[in-house]
Amino acid sequence: MLKNPPTVAGYASVVGKREHEGPLREYFDLHDSTEKFGMDTWEKAESEMQRLSLNLALAKARLCGQELGAIFAGDLMNQCIGSSYAAECAHRPFFGLYGACSTFAEGSVLASLLLDSGAFSRCAVLASSHFCTAQRQFRYPLEYGCQRTPTSQRTATAAGALILASEGNGPYIREVLPGTIVDMGITDINNMGAAMAPAAYDTLTKYFGETGKKPEDFDLILTGDLGREGHGIICDFMKSAGYDMADVYNDCGLMLYDVDGQDMHSGGSGCGCSAATVAGYIMKRFEKKELCNVLYIATGALMSPASLQQGRSIPGIAHLVRISAERGE
Amino acid sequence: MNIDKQTYKKYVKKRAPRSPLLKDMLLAFLVGGAICAFAEGIYNLYLLLKIEEETVRTLVPVTIVFLASLATGLGFFDSLAKHAGAGTLVPITGFSNAVISPALDDKSEGLVMGVGAKMFTIAGPVIVYGVISSVIYGVIYWLLGVMA
Amino acid sequence: MMELFWDIMKAFLVGGAICAAVQIVIDKTALTPARIMVSLVTLGVILGAVGLYKPFIEFAGCGASTPLTGFGYTLAVGVKKAVDERGLIGALTGGLAGSAGGITAAIFFGYFFALIFRSKPRD
Repeated sequence: MLKNPPTVAGYASVVGKREHEGPLREYFDLHDSTEKFGMDTWEKAESEMQRLSLNLALAKARLCGQELGAIFAGDLMNQCIGSSYAAECAHRPFFGLYGACSTFAEGSVLASLLLDSGAFSRCAVLASSHFCTAQRQFRYPLEYGCQRTPTSQRTATAAGALILASEGNGPYIREVLPGTIVDMGITDINNMGAAMAPAAYDTLTKYFGETGKKPEDFDLILTGDLGREGHGIICDFMKSAGYDMADVYNDCGLMLYDVDGQDMHSGGSGCGCSAATVAGYIMKRFEKKELCNVLYIATGALMSPASLQQGRSIPGIAHLVRISAERGE
Repeated sequence: MNIDKQTYKKYVKKRAPRSPLLKDMLLAFLVGGAICAFAEGIYNLYLLLKIEEETVRTLVPVTIVFLASLATGLGFFDSLAKHAGAGTLVPITGFSNAVISPALDDKSEGLVMGVGAKMFTIAGPVIVYGVISSVIYGVIYWLLGVMA
Repeated sequence: MMELFWDIMKAFLVGGAICAAVQIVIDKTALTPARIMVSLVTLGVILGAVGLYKPFIEFAGCGASTPLTGFGYTLAVGVKKAVDERGLIGALTGGLAGSAGGITAAIFFGYFFALIFRSKPRD
């Protein structure tokens, strides 16, 4: 619970070709069907997406980069280079984060806490992922011919940015709950939903337990990116714990694509998937007053190519952020 | 979560949708068979062109490798392999694709440590294990010959 | 002409059957493609060594030589020939000599096309 809930002063999202062909296309600010964003390598393209989303969000908030207290950013690439290069030109204090697909919520939690405490008055939260950089790092070369299993998820080419400020007209970040690592022994990289679902369950039940709230109290409970498998698993487990959330629950990985029509197997994943969904779709619906109380739980599968080859299981994490149109007391 | 890891693993395995085995097998059979039939076709074509049989035996895989590399470079090998599975992996096309695809990607890391080194990230083990098993066979074959 | 058709048909059926069999292994075990390829080549060397692969090649031609097991068989044949001709040193030289064409072609064309083309995101 935050005493001085920070407000979202600006937001922006940038996506690639397949994401722009998906059901949320009209909610994104920018897209490039070549997915290169004018750069000559995929890694540079990903940084450029983050840089563009930061600049757009700043412009919407009518701020310049110098007014930011700090930038919290992350991506999936080794040593978070996507974020470092993107933040280079802003010349502001910078925190590089790694939380896999949970990065956007991780950054939002940290920024909100620091704004709440008064340490900063404005922060930017950025996250991005790119299908091509993730494919190269975690899976196979782009042109390598192999089949994907039905439970696999596609890393989204997407970036999102939020500008959070201590003063403003909302929507507000009312509560945050950082997650703990939960590892249920899943080793299959092609079923990340199953690896992350227990972490989401852990954070959600803790939240409902501590606040006494119920799923019905929210317009939308949004996980980022459990995909179809994880979506099914968490529904099952929440139901057996006495929380029926089928009516208000959705997952960014399922919303970003037309999962069957675009042959996306289990749905989307990657830092950018929930970042663009929240900083595009969710924020625009807040603006239109179609949403007023949303629980956003971003999950991350915290493995590396080396840990997978050593046969270790995939640790999962889930950070929770409650976004509300009202500031409250 | 009130269940242990083993139970969870079983639960996850049970609910995961399976790959459509029959469809996968049929596609692998058709595509793999077609590649082999094509190879047989050009084998006979080369013979018709009065090329020596020993040379043809090398020339046929070289032709297939050339075509698979070209298809990978043009960007449609992976689209075919997505459906064909073992149909493109098992013939020498799979080896060829494994050599060129990292080379294409890692061009951005330079021609020596990018293209030169990464070419063998997937295909390297195939050569390593092929060569090692052939050496073991060679030694055993030699020993058997000496003893006989 | 009929003979040619039958040769091609045999290659189709045998090559296709090998691929379909491997597809079962892939779907059931989730082995990575690299492991599958390594297993096939090693299997080819072993089958070639004990003399089980030769009848296959004689029957199906390219249907048996094009799959990676055939690549392993080529290694085995190369080693056998080199040991017959040169003794123990042949165990070191024979395998790669026998399969040099395929490997060199893959490296050369791979490098060459990597210079010309770029990789694209998959649709």
